[in-house]
Parts: sequence; structure tokens; C-alpha cells
Amino acid sequence: MKLKGTQILLEVLKEENVDIIFGYPGGTVLDIYDQLYKSDLKHILVRHEQGAVHAADGYARATGKVGVCLVTSGPGATNTVTGIATANMDSIPLVVFTGQVPTGLIGNDAFQECDITGITRPCTKHNFLVRNIEELASTIKEAFHIARSGRPGPVLVDLPKDVMATQTDYDPANVKFRNYEVAHKPAPKKMAKVFDMLQAAKKPLIITGGGVILGKASEELTHLSRKYQIPVTGTLMSLGSFPGSDALWLGMLGMHGTYYANMAVSHCDFLLAVGVRFDDRVTGTIETFAANAKIVHIDIDPSSINKNVTVDLPIIGDTKATLKDLLRFLEEHHYAQDAASRKTWLDEIDEWRERVPLTYCQNGEVIKPQYVIETLHKLTCGDALITTEVGQNQMWTAQFFQFDRPNSFISSGGLGTMGFGLPAAIGVKCAFPDKHVVDIAGDGSIQMNIQELATAAQYNIAVKIVLLNNGYLGMVRQWQELFYEKRYSHTDMTYAPDFVKLAEAFGIIGLRATKPSEVEAVLKQGLSVNKPVLMDFRVSREECVYPMVRPGESISQMTLGSREMIN
Amino acid sequence: MEKKAHVISILVHNKPDVLARIAGTLGGKGYNIDSLCVNTTTQNDISKIVMTTAGSQATITRIENQLQRLVDVISVDDLTNVESIYREMVLVRLNLTAQNSEPVKKAIDMNKWKVIVSGDKYVIVEITGDKTQIDFSLARLESLGITDITRTGLIALKLED
Ligand SMILES: Cc1ncc(C[n+]2csc(CCOP(=O)(O)OP(=O)(O)O)c2C)c(N)n1
Ligand SMILES: [Mg+2]
Repeated sequence: MKLKGTQILLEVLKEENVDIIFGYPGGTVLDIYDQLYKSDLKHILVRHEQGAVHAADGYARATGKVGVCLVTSGPGATNTVTGIATANMDSIPLVVFTGQVPTGLIGNDAFQECDITGITRPCTKHNFLVRNIEELASTIKEAFHIARSGRPGPVLVDLPKDVMATQTDYDPANVKFRNYEVAHKPAPKKMAKVFDMLQAAKKPLIITGGGVILGKASEELTHLSRKYQIPVTGTLMSLGSFPGSDALWLGMLGMHGTYYANMAVSHCDFLLAVGVRFDDRVTGTIETFAANAKIVHIDIDPSSINKNVTVDLPIIGDTKATLKDLLRFLEEHHYAQDAASRKTWLDEIDEWRERVPLTYCQNGEVIKPQYVIETLHKLTCGDALITTEVGQNQMWTAQFFQFDRPNSFISSGGLGTMGFGLPAAIGVKCAFPDKHVVDIAGDGSIQMNIQELATAAQYNIAVKIVLLNNGYLGMVRQWQELFYEKRYSHTDMTYAPDFVKLAEAFGIIGLRATKPSEVEAVLKQGLSVNKPVLMDFRVSREECVYPMVRPGESISQMTLGSREMIN
Repeated sequence: MEKKAHVISILVHNKPDVLARIAGTLGGKGYNIDSLCVNTTTQNDISKIVMTTAGSQATITRIENQLQRLVDVISVDDLTNVESIYREMVLVRLNLTAQNSEPVKKAIDMNKWKVIVSGDKYVIVEITGDKTQIDFSLARLESLGITDITRTGLIALKLED
């Protein structure tokens, strides 16, 4: 069958089961857009290419599938860079197609030419420039394969205009590409070591990470914890991988982790870390991190092992398959925890939990942001897909919305990209039109991709924006309050649009709450309509996120706000 | 931890930008490449890169792991920990003058340097050897008046698999 490059692209997308793409047209992709016009593939026209990548990213995080976007060359391509770097830091599978000037003009500084493969080399898992039509189908196939295999990540495919206009014979059966999938290798000797370590442990603890969600290993991890009564803490990226409502869940650890999670890490004598990379926000000072523990680290990426924290036993492997092996080994060798010592450990943790619970104080006439999040959780019974922006809004969401299911907390962890939440929510809602999809936002962040309200309005993508409007770049202001003697240098955001009017100008619904008594009613109203809604909650301006571990301190040294420093 | 030179041998798929990826991976993470040699193997689509970089064992392991993550990298081998042979090559041009032509010819004979081109005004010699041998030869040539040199990166081969 003779097909043009543009037709081959759409054929391969179909074979890869792509049901939606997010994009923005331009000169070098006109031919592809012309082909799209004749096709039934769903395309969402965003309002900025960064939005396209975040939307595809949100879609990928919520479904576990590969997210796809399409943009033009030059500025279209450079606009994707923040989105790609965001996905790369969190290992999210994406395929980003960029238009490119015709091959004959590459290197000539042609109109809207840019070396996008050069620019994105350090922030993609891999990228390709397709130099001729013969490599097109196999390159696209390979791109999807690379994006989702092993430790996932974004892959960029640069498509010169002339290549896409050329015809060639296309037979899907003849498309060959390299296979990068490494077969899982069981490691029985290592399992035996874990067995011995667990047997010797009096205070075991599990840290779950984003790798548990990416590896679809939540069930195994939950089973391991519940069966042997091992408490669990987790990183920001792990939220939902272990049920937040379970008594064995200690909440997040690290800089804004719970007191009891950080204390448990600091006192445990055995630590099983699954799919984590020991980011500095998680560990605090490395020297004192889990200083009393034997550490076992399971991760699919050898470069994560011993990168930040030196561990006693590294196990390189897929999180799901490795946890399965471990569960089988423990069962076959009749591991049973010593009930008395386990009870002592869980009691010790409960004492910490009672001493400093995760809490806030909703009194007076000012709305506390945490109260908005808790009420949202109550009204949705936790059955919602939540995206966040970056800053205090993100940390309060992590602390106060209990996530019971994987792929339900969608947030830019590694790069911390303000402006992620709204377009990501659009992508999530496209995948799950019948679910509540809520972007918990900050007033600074929401303005970074606010143009995507038009996208939501155009397609009636009924995302809900819960804006925690404190009139500040709150998280930066918090650091200025704590470490710069309240010199609020350029963090005041009171000069902002009237968000309700702005929502209406975009053709969506705008609501506002200024008193605690209005919070529930506004949320109920916002959640009840099948339209995009922006809810502007005027919250306490100088509320801080606590506990907080100061940078450069050990995670057992937490600042607890109004309370004394406890350790 | 002790910093020492490591020779790393990398097999890669011979793709247009594979060298840029490798150099970028190291440069982007703050590691320096001290010497580099690249060419195809007996298979045209597979190249071998031999690279010298200095660091503690922990740093080198980190570099190896980072390289291994690249899609086009087939294998990464630190040759410093196994028995290997090392070679570099240098081409040297010496402009001949009334004063130096006799001593130059003598030195060439004595050291068995290979003469590639020999003219009235200049001579070009080729020297191969390990790093110490080359450094030694260059020191001698220096006194005779080197005009220009080109020195390859280090190549290496391990004795056994
Ligand atoms: C693109 C980008 N620029 C700057 C930052 C640095 N930064 C981190 S949090 C923050 C403040 C966010 O303010 P807002 O969205 O209002 O959230 P709040 O902390 O007030 O909840 C800033 C500026 C960032 N993370 N991302
Ligand atoms: Mg704010």
C-alpha cells in the first residue's frame, strides 16, 4: 500500500491505540493537520503548546498510557520544552511530535527552524529526527516503545515537512524496531537476604515511591504491608499507591511530611524503599537519613541506586515483579512477624501520631486552605482525580486530601512546574469524562496557563478549579517569612484579575467564597454542574505549610508552626 | 575518596547524534572528558567510544549508570579494573633548519620513530605508544623544535573477556 508520511503517522497512531492527541498547528505541520481533518482521531486544540504537553502528561498519569501531542516547528517546538522536562523528571511516558523545516533547509536558519532534538536531548528519554520516509513508521513505533518500556519517559519525534509529504510502501507487518524491554530476572539470593533482614528487624518501614504507580505495583505493595503489618510512608509522587485511609499509612515523608512519618524513618531499623529516588526534598541531610536502618532499595533504574543514599541491598528490577517475588519468598519460607515487637513499634508510631497530628485550626471568619481541601474530600468521598499546581496548594493537597487509589493524584513533583495543574486536569478529564477532575490551584500558578480555560470552554471539558487564593506566591513567601525576616520581595500577588469575572469572560462558571461558612455550598455547586468551573476561595493570606524541615536539616528536626520545635 | 583516571569503553549504535548524547550526559552532570576516541567497529552500525575521565569509584559508577540509561548505548565497560592495553598515536611535524636537521635525523634513527613524509623543509613522524611513552617522545622532540602535532585520544583493549 502506497501512503504519504502524514497517512503513515495516523496509521501508526491507530495501531498504538492512541485515542486522543493534544496539539497546535503551524506551517510545518499543515500537511499533518490536513490529514487530521480527514481522520476521526480526536484532537484537542490547546491555547499554548506547553498546555498540550501538560494535558498529554495528565492523560498519561491518569491512564498509565502514553500521552501524545503534536506541534509545529520553531516556537511551537520550544514552547513544549517545560512540559517535556516536567514529564522527564517524573518519568511520564509521552510522545511529542514536532514539525521541522524540510530536510534540505535544516541547518540554514530557515524560517521557524530550530534544533529541537538538540534542545531537548537532556530532558527527553530519547529523541529522533526522521531523515527519510523509510524510517518513519519504525521510528514512531520505536518512540512509543521507548516511552513506555523500563523507566518510562518522554520521547520527541521531529518530522521534517518534506518527509511527511513523501510517499512510500507501507505494510504494518514489515515495520521492525529495536526492543528495549529487559526480561525480569528473579533474584532469590537477594530475597533470602530481605527475609533475614526482616526477621532481624524490630522496626520495619516501607517507603513507597512514584515507581510503584508507574510499575502498577500498588496491589502488591499494599498486600505486603497489610499481611505483615509493616507501616508505610511515601513520597509526593507515591500518593495513592497505598490507601491513605489505612491505619498503616503514615502520610508523606520529607520536607513537608508528617511528624510521625519523619520520626518513623528516623527510628526504623529496616527500610524497604520501593520505586523511589531519594530526592533531597525527601531525605533532608543524607547523613542522618534513616541512620539506624538497614536499607533495601528496589528500583528499575540502576542509576537511581546509591545515587543519593547508600543502601545495604539494591535490587534492580520492575517494582511489581520484584514485590511479587518477595511476597512469594516470604510466604514459601513462612515469614511471620513477631507480634509483640511489631505491636511495640506500631504503638510507638501511634504515640508520635497523637503527639503531633497533621492539623490546622479553622476558626474565625477567614477560610483556611486546608479546610477547603478537607471539605472537597468529604464532598467527593475521595472519589476524584486531583491535579495540583505548585507551592503551598500542592503540599496542602498532599497532606489533607486522602488518596486511596493510584493514578488519582497528579502533580509535578520533580520539576515543580507552576502552571501544570490546569492543562493536566484537561488531559485527565478527557480520559475520565465521568469522574470529578479537580485542579487544586494557587493564584500565582493558575495565571501561568490560564489561557487553557478557553480549551476547557470550547470542548466543555468540565474540569473544576479550586483556587486557594492567598494573594501571594505563597510558598516563596513562606520561605521569606521563615528565612528572610519577612522581607516579601516580589511575592505579593494582590494585583490579580477578578477570577470570577475572568472565568465568565472565558465562558465558564466563576464562583467565590470569602467566609468559611460559604465553602461547602460553593464546592457543592461547583461539583454539581457538568461544565468547567473556577471557584475562587479567598483564603488566609499568611498560612504556612507545616511541619517543615528546614533545608540542610535532618528530617527528624521539624518546625511545627505555632508549636515548639520537637524532636 | 581518591580521584583517579578511568578508561571507559562504550559500545554504541552508530546514530548521528550518539556522541552528542554521551558528551551531553557527562557535561550536563558536571563531569569532564579528558580524552576521547570514536570509530566504527567491524560492524558499520556499531561504534566503540573509548573515553578517559577522572573521578572517585563512586563517581565513575554513577557515570556508567547514566550512560547505560541512554537508548543508543549497548554496553559500558570500565577498563581500569581489568588488565588492558593502552595506545595513543601522535603525528609530529618538525620544520628542518640548518641547525636541527642533523640532530633530528639522529633522533629519528635512535628512537625508531616512523617517518611518514620527509622533505627538504620538514619531516613528519608518527609515534604510537602508551601515554608515558608518548609524553617521553614529545619531550625529546620539543628540544628539536616541534612545529605542529596532532595527538589521538587514548584507545584501549582488554586482554580477556
Ligand atoms: C514555573 C515556575 N516558576 C517559579 C517557581 C518557583 N515557585 C515555587 S512555588 C511558587 C509560588 C506559587 O504561588 P501560588 O501558585 O500562588 O501557590 P501558593 O504557594 O500560594 O499556594 C513559586 C514562584 C516554580 N515552581 N515554577
Ligand atoms: Mg498563592
